[in-house]
Formats: sequence, structure tokens, C-alpha cells
Amino acid sequence: MPSVEILSRIQFAFTIAFHYIYPPLSIGLGVCLVIMEGLYLKTGRQVYKEITKFWIKIFALIFGIGVATGIVMEFEFGTNWATYSHYVGDIFGSALAAEGIFAFAMESAFLGVLLFGWDRVHKAVHYFSTIMVALGSIFSALWIVIANSWQQTPAGYKIEGHDLGARAVVTDFWAMVNNPSSADRFAHVIIGAFLAGSFMVMSVAAWYILKRRFEQHAQAMFKVGLSVAVIAALLQLFTGHRSAHYVSKYQPAKLAAMEGHYDSLAVADMYLVGWVNNKTQTTTGIKIPGGLSFLTHGSFSTPVEGLRATPEKDRPGAVNFVFQTYHIMISIGMILIGLTLLAVFLLWKKKLFNQRWLMVIFAWAVLLPQIANQVGWYAAEVGRQPWVVYKLLRTSDALSKKVTADQVVFSLVLFTLVYMLLFALFLYLLNRKIQHGPDIQEHDNDQYYKDNLTDIPA
Amino acid sequence: METILGLDLPTWWFLVIGGLITGYGVLDGFDLGAGSLHLFFNKEESRRLALNAIGPVWDGNEVWLVIAGGALFAGFPLVYGVIFSTFYIPFMLFLVALIFRAISIEFRSKEPWKWWRQMWDISYCVSSTAITLLLGLVLGNLIHGLPINREHEFTGSLLTFFNPYAILISFTTLSLFMLHGSIYLVMKTENRLYAKLTILVNNCSKFFILCFILTSMATLIYVPHMTHQFKNHPELFIVPMIAVLILLNIKRNIDSRKYYTAFAYSCIIMSCLLILFAVGLYPNIVISTTDPAYSISIYQAASSVKSLKIMLLIAAIGTPLVIGYSIFVFWTFRGKVKLGEMSY
Ligand code: HDD
Ligand code: HEM
Ligand code: HEM
Repeated sequence: MPSVEILSRIQFAFTIAFHYIYPPLSIGLGVCLVIMEGLYLKTGRQVYKEITKFWIKIFALIFGIGVATGIVMEFEFGTNWATYSHYVGDIFGSALAAEGIFAFAMESAFLGVLLFGWDRVHKAVHYFSTIMVALGSIFSALWIVIANSWQQTPAGYKIEGHDLGARAVVTDFWAMVNNPSSADRFAHVIIGAFLAGSFMVMSVAAWYILKRRFEQHAQAMFKVGLSVAVIAALLQLFTGHRSAHYVSKYQPAKLAAMEGHYDSLAVADMYLVGWVNNKTQTTTGIKIPGGLSFLTHGSFSTPVEGLRATPEKDRPGAVNFVFQTYHIMISIGMILIGLTLLAVFLLWKKKLFNQRWLMVIFAWAVLLPQIANQVGWYAAEVGRQPWVVYKLLRTSDALSKKVTADQVVFSLVLFTLVYMLLFALFLYLLNRKIQHGPDIQEHDNDQYYKDNLTDIPA
Repeated sequence: METILGLDLPTWWFLVIGGLITGYGVLDGFDLGAGSLHLFFNKEESRRLALNAIGPVWDGNEVWLVIAGGALFAGFPLVYGVIFSTFYIPFMLFLVALIFRAISIEFRSKEPWKWWRQMWDISYCVSSTAITLLLGLVLGNLIHGLPINREHEFTGSLLTFFNPYAILISFTTLSLFMLHGSIYLVMKTENRLYAKLTILVNNCSKFFILCFILTSMATLIYVPHMTHQFKNHPELFIVPMIAVLILLNIKRNIDSRKYYTAFAYSCIIMSCLLILFAVGLYPNIVISTTDPAYSISIYQAASSVKSLKIMLLIAAIGTPLVIGYSIFVFWTFRGKVKLGEMSY
């Protein structure tokens, strides 16, 4: 039977990756909802009201599964990583507690009003609740990313005790919160989430346009989604670059793995696509010679620290995996920029909604940010190995001592079954909701006329 | 050690966690209880009403569990690790039950088919009951104590958890949540469902009183360490006395249909029971049955003074906010439930 360590890692990776299907959608849709409902309040137009209500229902579905799978994460530190919990509790715990009290409480309280309050509270109060839910989900990402960033670049702590009784203790709360990577990673993660949500809105809209259903609603949705997506896609290049920069400074071994760079005396290339052979320690592919040197040092000929500079036991083993996931993320980032800019251009030319081929692409493009979000985390987390807290605590030392392999097998099988069922139900219900579409009320003639006139494609 | 108002920091944090757990019991207790009662309602409309009575609030209630978990992690990381890895299997089942409960509430109304709704109704009721029983089981074992060795490692097996005392506490928790839930539902409903609930409330209160008496006796006989504090602090006797007085009153209020008062009373009873539990444990969190010397006290388990101070500040800022949101939501959805366009 595989070791407890491998099983616990698989279980953690599986449950967090599954959880992370939903938060980016909730966060991104939250922002789109704020815009849609804002437009409704500003213009009073029926279309905006109807698309807002439509997306609230989808939001509820996604949010619900996000919450259900998130609670698992909260307790998994204690169940499977007891030594880790003891080691980081002083620090990690406070971020998690802050997340609960400042973010989750806000999200879930106002969620009730968002979902059920439409006819009960004043419009402005409802809008306020929508904003609070969106903000709450952003705050929750803030705190959890801070906690995770501390694992990547620990700061503001000292170590007390030794061996297995050792633990990290806060010495400077703000240095801990604002550790070298939190700000960049938070920006990168949150914008990744905006991309996920806005592409989902555009995907559904594109599908309606292809099917010639709810066209007026679909165009309104598409524009909301596009306005978020185009800004986010451009910003993501910037925040991604910032992330790469801090990685080069604080986790050189990870950066070297991301580009498959071994030799510290050599100039580092940047690959567009490639393959790393960790045995022969060689990387082949299409590259920009000296690209990585340029990005880290601003010069095409300065060498960059390579993997061999770190002893084998202290550096990530799955180099090709880190390389591939990192490159998939970047390629997707570039595609998203291209797609959104093209769409904006065509919208400006008033030709966007006639391009069926582009609508087909957008209908599928919802998968791209989802994939980028997943592989981005894989690159960041697998690249951090073999450390669970970088340079302080090894993953193999972080386990619960008393948990046995059969217990983990039991829970892993259980979660696999439950999550498969959950995912199937999620897709089924999502599809039903999309098929059903927004509920369109009888328009009074005037309003209907006005709505239709303004949104007819040229 | 530093103190605030005469209490040291670990004790403060012990109180904070106690407060959070009590908040969780008082709030999620009623929607879990409502879930356990769900299959007693036969008509589709009644089931929808019962679900929508908790609809806008259950998720907010559950957050108290999340916060309490985070607070335990933050304040007593050692105990967080020991408890959750010790109760590995029960906890995994608990998590799965939480997932099923959340999706049952969410998915039930999405299809009109009879079998679909029936399936989610059953899943909702079973998962709510399972969550309550598992919570009770963990609580019962913590009160009873666990075989923990010098290295803070659990030396028992899965069967250790199923001792008669823990099982009794499990059922007591269930009866209390059912009582709490039925009173809540009776406040939120009218007409036929109301009539049905008035009978249910009555039965629930009888079930609870029975469990209460059994638990009190069992605790006095089998878990003497729960009462050790009373010898030094006789003034603490006031807590069980309040509990008993209120218990007698709850029954009277229910008979005379003063449900709002009855609800307040069931909140107070829940708090009293948890206070007794906390007093019994203090200053330990995990009691070792192997040797009392191996018990884990709050001082051994606490985070650093600095961390505790920061978190007390966070709690002091955060708690009023959380209470504010809750009041806002409960106020928004006050009164009897009505089914509308956005209902489940
Ligand atoms: C970048 C965002 C992000 C990331 C990396 C994570 N989460 Fe998450 N989580 C959210 C963003 C989020 C959210 C947006 O706030 C959720 C997701 C679904 C939802 O719709 O709310 C949520 C829900 C959620 C809940 C339920 C909250 C409630 O009851 O309302 C818990 C307990 C957690 N998460 C815990 C975790 C833990 C312990 C994580 C790390 C291991 C984690 N999440 C990663
Ligand atoms: C911000 C919240 C997160 C925290 C606090 C966190 C923390 C952790 C911890 C404690 C482990 C287990 C120890 C280890 O194997 O190193 C881990 C592993 C892992 N996490 Fe994360 N994680 C977070 C978010 C994510 C997300 C969103 C994903 C992916 C979608 C992810 C992917 C992984 C993977 C793939 C592993 C396994 C790595 C390996 O064992 O090789 N993580 N993370
Ligand atoms: C456009 C070019 C991009 C660059 C240069 C870039 C760069 C990076 C780098 C260097 C990391 C690793 C940070 C670490 O190890 O801590 C990272 C992580 C990540 N990326 Fe990207 N990225 C890009 C695009 C995207 C896109 C389009 C998405 C999602 C839609 C995305 C989502 C993520 C996520 C979720 C993580 C993990 C969290 C983190 O560590 O910050 N990235 N990215």
C-alpha cells in the first residue's frame, strides 16, 4: 500500500483542486452580478433585472458547492497534517480565523438576502447585499492566499522548540501578513478568478447567441462579461510577471524548475513549449534564447541560478510537471488576451455577434481560465516541494502521526465517490438552468420597444 | 503570565472558543433539528415551508462552525491537530454528511419530480441527524476523556468512541436540537403545518427531558471529573440550577404556546449545558483516561502570547460585525415564511 504521506498528499491535492473549481467562479460571478444589478438600478431596464436574477440562481448553485467543499479543507489540516498544524498554527491559524470572522460570516449572511430578499427588501438594500457577498468572497481569498503565501515565503516569525516539537511563532503580525509574496499572489489569484467568472458569463451568452435564444439578454450579458474579462486578461500578464519576479528572488529552485533550467553558469532561456528530462537534466523545445535571464536580470547574457545549485533532496523532483503546468498557464494567459482584444475590436466595429465561429470559441473558452487556475496552483505547489513550509518544514514531516494508511484510503475513496457524484449533479443542474434561461416577464410595450431598439446588432 | 481583567490569555481564548461553539449550537442547532424532523412532514407544501423557514439563514449559521474550527486552530494548534486526527473516521463521515446536507437543501427544488424530491428529503433528514449524532459523539468522548499517552497520541481504536456514555450524549444532543428546531419551526409557520408542529414540539420536549435526566445521572456516576470544579467553586451550582429551572419552564411555555419565550429558553439551556461542559474540562481541553497527567491543558496547547493577543483583537472587532450581520438577516426574514418566486 502507498505510504500515508503519498496518500495524504493525493487527498489534499484532490480535495483542494476540486474545491478550487468553484471559488474562482463565485468570485468572478460576484463581480459580474454587481455590475449587472448596478446597471439595472441605473437604467431601470428590464433586461438587466432579468439577467441579474438569472445569474443569481447560477451563482447560488456554484456558491453552495464551494461552501460544501470548502469546509472539508478547513478541517483537513487537522485530520491529515497534525504536525503541520502544530508547527504553523500560531501563524496560519490566525489567518484562517480572520478569514472566518471577516469574510465567511459576511458572505454567507448577505447571501441569504441576495438569494431570497429580492421582493422583501428595498432595491438599494439588495444591491448592498450583492456587493457585500462579492466583497466577502474577495476577502476570503485574501486571507487564505496570505496563509498560503506565508508557506511559500515565511516572514515575521521565529522558531521555538526543536525537532518535532518545534513551531513557528509570530513576531511581527504585519510582516507575516504582508510577506514577500502575498500582495502579488493575491492580485494574481483574484484576477484569475475574475477571468473565470467573466468567461463563464460570456460562454453562456455566446451559446444563446448561437442558438438564437434570448438574444437581447445574451448580448447584454456578453458585454458585462467582456468588460471585466478584457481588463482582467491584460492585468493578469502584469501580475503574473510580478509573481515570476518574486519567485526568482525567493524561490530560485522553483523558477528553475518552471523553465527546466539546470546549469547556474549558463544563460537561461525561456521556452514557449518544451520537454524536460530530469534524468539527463536537459530541456528541449522552442525557446527564446536568454529570455529568462532577461526577465530576471534585464540582460540577455547574465546567468540565472539553476536547479543544480540546490541539493537534490531540497528541490522539486517533478520538474517536467512544474514546467508543463507553468507553460500551459502562460499560453492560456496569452490566448485570453488575444481573444478578449479581438472581441472588443469587433464589438466596436459592431460585428461581434455575427461572428459565429468566434461565438463557438467563446462558448468553449470558459474552460481556459478554469484550466489556467488549476495548473497555476499545481505549478506553485508542486514547485514548492519537498517543503510544505519553504525551507522550514518538509512535507514528509508534516503528517499526523497516528493516522494510518487504511484510514486515508477510506477517506480518499469516500471523497472520490462523493465528489464524482457532486460534479455530475452540478453539471446536470447547471445545464438545466442554462437551458431554461432567464425568466422573461411580460414587458409593457414602451419599455419593450426601447429595449429592443438599443440592442439590435448592426 | 499576562492577564486581561484578571484572566490569562489562554483562558480568554478558551472562553472565545466556548462562545463560538455555543453560538454554533444555538444557531445551527435549530436548522439541524429542523432537518431531523423533516420527514415528519408529509405534504410537499409543508416540506417546502419547513425548508424555506431555514433557507436564508442556515448557511450563515454553519459559518459559526467554520469560525470555531479556525479559532481552535489559531488558539490551540496542538489540540486542533490531536482532536481532528484522533477522530479521523468520525470526522470524515461528518464532513461528508455536511456536504450532503448542503446539496440536499440546494438541489431539492431544482426538479419537480416526486422521486427526486423524496430522495433529497431523505438525504437532508439523514445527513442532519448524522451531523448531530456525530457532534454529540465527539462531545461525549471529550467529556468522558480519551486514552491519550504521554506523547499526546491516541492509543484507542475506532470502537473506543462508541462507549455508552458518548452514545447517550449523542442522543441528548439530538433531542436538544430537535426540540430547538421544532420550536423554531413553530414560530415560523402557520395553519396546518403549525398545528402539526405544536404536537411535535410537545413530543420533542418529552424526549429531551428524558435524555436530560439520564445524562445528568450518568455524568454524576461515571464522569466524576466533570464535577470537580464544583467543590472549589460552589457558586457554579447556579448553572445547573438555571438549566433545571428553565427546563421546567420550557414545558410550561410550550403548553401555553408562548413559543418565542420557549425558543429563548432552549437557547439558554444549550448555553448552560455547554458552560457546564467547559467548566468541567477547564483548564484541560483533552482529558486523558490513561493518566490524568497526560491530559492536554490550555497552557500546553496555547499559541504564543503575541498571537493570542492579536487574535483577541481580531475577535473583538469581528464578533460585533458577525452579530450585526446576523441580526440584519434575521430581521429581514422575520415573521412567518411565505413561498415566493425565489424560494426553494
Ligand atoms: C482564491 C480563493 C480561495 C482559495 C484558494 C480557497 N478558498 Fe475556500 N472558499 C473561497 C475562496 C477560496 C470562497 C470564494 O470564499 C468560497 C468558495 C465557494 C464559495 O462560493 O465561497 C470558499 C468557501 C470555503 C469554506 C466555506 C465557507 C462558508 O461556510 O461560507 C471554507 C471553510 C473554505 N473555503 C476553506 C478553505 C481552505 C481551508 C482553503 C485552503 C486550503 C481554501 N478554502 C482555498
Ligand atoms: C490558498 C490556499 C491553499 C493552501 C493553504 C494550500 C496548502 C497546501 C498544503 C498544506 C498542502 C499539503 C502539503 C504538500 O503536499 O505540500 C498542499 C499541497 C497541494 N496543493 Fe495547495 N494549498 C492551497 C491552495 C491550492 C489550490 C487552489 C490548488 C489547486 C487547485 C492547490 C494544489 C495543491 C497540490 C496539487 C498539492 C500537492 C502537491 C504535492 O504534494 O506535490 N493548492 N497545499
Ligand atoms: C499571462 C501570463 C502569466 C504569467 C507570467 C503567470 C505567472 C505565474 C507565476 C510565476 C506563478 C507562480 C507563483 C508562485 O509559485 O507562487 C503563477 C501562479 C498562478 N497563476 Fe499565473 N501567470 C500567468 C497567467 C495566468 C492566468 C491567465 C491565470 C488564470 C486565469 C493564472 C492563474 C494562476 C494561479 C491560480 C496561480 C497559483 C497561485 C499563485 O501562486 O499565485 N495565471 N502564475
